[in-house]
Amino acid sequence: MKKDTLNIGKREFSSRLLVGTGKYRDFDQTRDAVEASGSEIITVAIRRTNIGQEPGQPSLLDVLPPDRYTLLPNTAGCYTADDAVRTLRLARELLDGHNLVKLEVLGDADTLFPDMVQTLAAAETLVRDGFDVMVYCSDDPIMAKRLEEVGCVAVMPLASLIGSGMGILNPWNLRLIIDNARVPVIVDAGVGTASDAAIAMELGCDGVLMNTAIAKAQNPVLMASAMKKGVEAGREAFLAGRMPRKLYSAAPSSPTGGLING
Amino acid sequence: MSELLTSIQLNGRLHPIQPGQTLTDLIAALALTGKRIAVERNGEIVPRAHHAATVLTAGDRIEIVIAVGGG
Repeated sequence: MKKDTLNIGKREFSSRLLVGTGKYRDFDQTRDAVEASGSEIITVAIRRTNIGQEPGQPSLLDVLPPDRYTLLPNTAGCYTADDAVRTLRLARELLDGHNLVKLEVLGDADTLFPDMVQTLAAAETLVRDGFDVMVYCSDDPIMAKRLEEVGCVAVMPLASLIGSGMGILNPWNLRLIIDNARVPVIVDAGVGTASDAAIAMELGCDGVLMNTAIAKAQNPVLMASAMKKGVEAGREAFLAGRMPRKLYSAAPSSPTGGLING
Repeated sequence: MSELLTSIQLNGRLHPIQPGQTLTDLIAALALTGKRIAVERNGEIVPRAHHAATVLTAGDRIEIVIAVGGG
């Protein structure tokens, strides 16, 4: 059987689970959870350095070295296309020209729902500037298509709100996006537990990106392992092709003849 | 001399500079030499190779960023 890989632009990955690095207790827990998840693509945020902080303090990239993981800098917290573009240009400089990025432009501080007008504008600028853009978006099939058309290398619709853990709330929209997409579709946001990740993959998603579901589990490292298995199980089930649903048409799995009371 | 003439905006805060101070000098003064950082000056990236030749000017808006945990 041909190796089942996730191809994003010209890059190839064997893991279909992408994880964030926020909200962990400390860097040790971050590293252990990332390792347990088996993820190859790891999101990071870009922030002002604390001026006057003690030199020699450990940094995130010491525990997650860029030569071992594919770092995916994000634009979390950006509310305009301009801020998002500036942030990712800084990220590219920070990571020695690495051009694979996660774009998200938020529209509302309460729901963290994306502003798709700003998102599309930023995507166009970034693609023109040579970035490989993986884009967080609403689960609107038309917007997902527009983002693909301007050159994004992956579209990443929400399954439910960021950090909500509410799971896959609109599988039908996700299916529409998947069926129409020619780039990978990665569910980004909303997954709460391993079955949510499996459902996303069974729908035909190419991958799942999550942070809070692992970081805020009671045991993040164990949940990271569970998510790895959930994504793998869902992917295999999708490839295997599930049996048809047959409401009111029960069919026994054992022979109908040869019963001792026959 | 007003404070503006001898200061830059560093990560959103006023920060004093010396005449002729370069970006490399500033980074050293902040104990950030050799750290994985990126620098923006007045909205434009300053590539690492240009730090030494970049002389700070009063009123410059300098951003110095790092990678942190995020989703």
